[in-house]
Amino acid sequence: MDYQVSNKAKIWTTILMVVGIVFTGIGIIAAMGDGNLGQKFMGNLLSNSFFFFSIAISAMFFLALQYATEAGWFVYIKRVIEAITGYLPVGMGLLLITFITLSFMNGAHIYMWMDPEVMKEGGSHYDELSSMKGAYLNQPFFWVRTLSYLAIYYIMWNGFMKRSVLQDENPADAIDIHFKNYRRGALFLVFFAVFSSTSSWDWLMSIDIHWFSTLFGWYVFAGSWTSAMVVIIMLLLYLKKLGYLPKVNESHIHDIGKWVFATSFLWAYLWFSQYMLIWYANIPEETTYYLMRVEHYKLLYFGMFVINFAFPMLILMSRDAKRHAGILTFVGLVILAGHWLDVWIMVMGGSMGPTASIGAMEIGMAVLFLGLFVRVVLVKLSQSPLVAKNHPFMDESLHHEI
Amino acid sequence: MGSNVVFYAMYNDDDVLKDGAKKLVAKGVKVSEVFSPFPVHGIDPIIGIKETRLGIMSFLYGLTGLALALLGMWYIMISDWPMNIGGKPSFSFLENMLAFVPIGFEMTVLFAAHAMCITYFLANKTIPGMPAENPDPRTTDDRFVMELRLSENQKFSEKELEAMLMETGIVELDQKNIK
Repeated sequence: MDYQVSNKAKIWTTILMVVGIVFTGIGIIAAMGDGNLGQKFMGNLLSNSFFFFSIAISAMFFLALQYATEAGWFVYIKRVIEAITGYLPVGMGLLLITFITLSFMNGAHIYMWMDPEVMKEGGSHYDELSSMKGAYLNQPFFWVRTLSYLAIYYIMWNGFMKRSVLQDENPADAIDIHFKNYRRGALFLVFFAVFSSTSSWDWLMSIDIHWFSTLFGWYVFAGSWTSAMVVIIMLLLYLKKLGYLPKVNESHIHDIGKWVFATSFLWAYLWFSQYMLIWYANIPEETTYYLMRVEHYKLLYFGMFVINFAFPMLILMSRDAKRHAGILTFVGLVILAGHWLDVWIMVMGGSMGPTASIGAMEIGMAVLFLGLFVRVVLVKLSQSPLVAKNHPFMDESLHHEI
Repeated sequence: MGSNVVFYAMYNDDDVLKDGAKKLVAKGVKVSEVFSPFPVHGIDPIIGIKETRLGIMSFLYGLTGLALALLGMWYIMISDWPMNIGGKPSFSFLENMLAFVPIGFEMTVLFAAHAMCITYFLANKTIPGMPAENPDPRTTDDRFVMELRLSENQKFSEKELEAMLMETGIVELDQKNIK
């Protein structure tokens, strides 16, 4: 049975987007007088376009991981993962719009290194420390990097999607396509290993221009991987509730529940590693990042950490909880919000600092992006048969039991 | 006299044993134990073995380790002899908590892993040096043995049980009288 976007889903996603636009409008009007509207708007745009893009690209990473390890269990739910990667073109478009706008606004006080007044000697805000990073952080090189990440992501995504449909239609070539996916999956992992790190330096770490951390890329990646696993499991539970995918059994759900649990630990581990080393070494140029967050975002920052770590740990620890749709949905929604907040603090802590707060614009834009994301994913899901055919490991997936 | 007869049915394939167990259980036979050289996947629910509580014990052991580590760090580093390391505040446990997290983590893992292993050995009565409980040494190599007790299957006679076992594809059938 193929999936059709239900009217209810259409109405709800439209409501989300409309509410988002209204709240964003209220937020813009409210922020009209205080002089940093542009920075506030662009910061929110950047954090939301990055957050939802990162979910899609992490879902693609997960898909490539299954291909490269020749896993069998995921085959029956392959289209669900593919549907989430279906947000990639839209996500890339929004990310590009964000970067182009930021380029024209000289960084909008978010990317300080885009501002010639900061980087050029004799400028009104000239900063020697920042200008010394100019060899790497300059607009032409930034665009070369950004465009190559996105181009390679897009080309490889396109290949995966094309081969997935091709495998459905050509049973004779199914094995060849499987091995091609295997090689391409491994190749994507190699690219992603480098790009996930460097792109988070370029797009997020460069906001705190004086600060650097070699662990930052992994930390961002672990967070987005967790979010992707949460989205996969929630979409799966949603489809199951509507009666689609009848052969998804408790073991499939349990396995993805374990992924949510495990990636949450990975994220918390990296968060703590970065935090503790900087706290222990106590070197001023490293502590700036945490000084800002601890002084001005104390509740949000540590609250976000506790939620993203303790919720999955304590609630998802038992076997039964990882098989319970209600518990998974609850934990999923909470930590999805937690990881959104994580990205938001990364962007806002470095750019607006003490003047940022969660208000109408923040909520509005998050809701707007969420509505768009869900809509695009559901539409993508309805475009191809809900279950892939001819994959050599299909039988293994149908009999998945742990 | 006849009620303490034990059957040991031997198989040379775990899937055959699993199918056989399924058929026997469907007829109302109680399979009391299975001996195998490796864990037979999915046999537990078939012969009605209760889910293990080892995980709960492991969690409790982990908590013990964590508590012990934090208590020890508090006593050693804060209470008994405060040490100044890198200028960190040495009189406050909470402000020094971060430095104790790795130790807490290690102790959690150490306690959970070791205590869980020992519990497992104790529960299975397989502490090194203990007499082996399996009926046939070949079950540690390439054979699978299913144990049926007549005392647990009162509604069948000895003959009936034997006949049913013979139909399940066994390679050997052994019968013992235990006291």
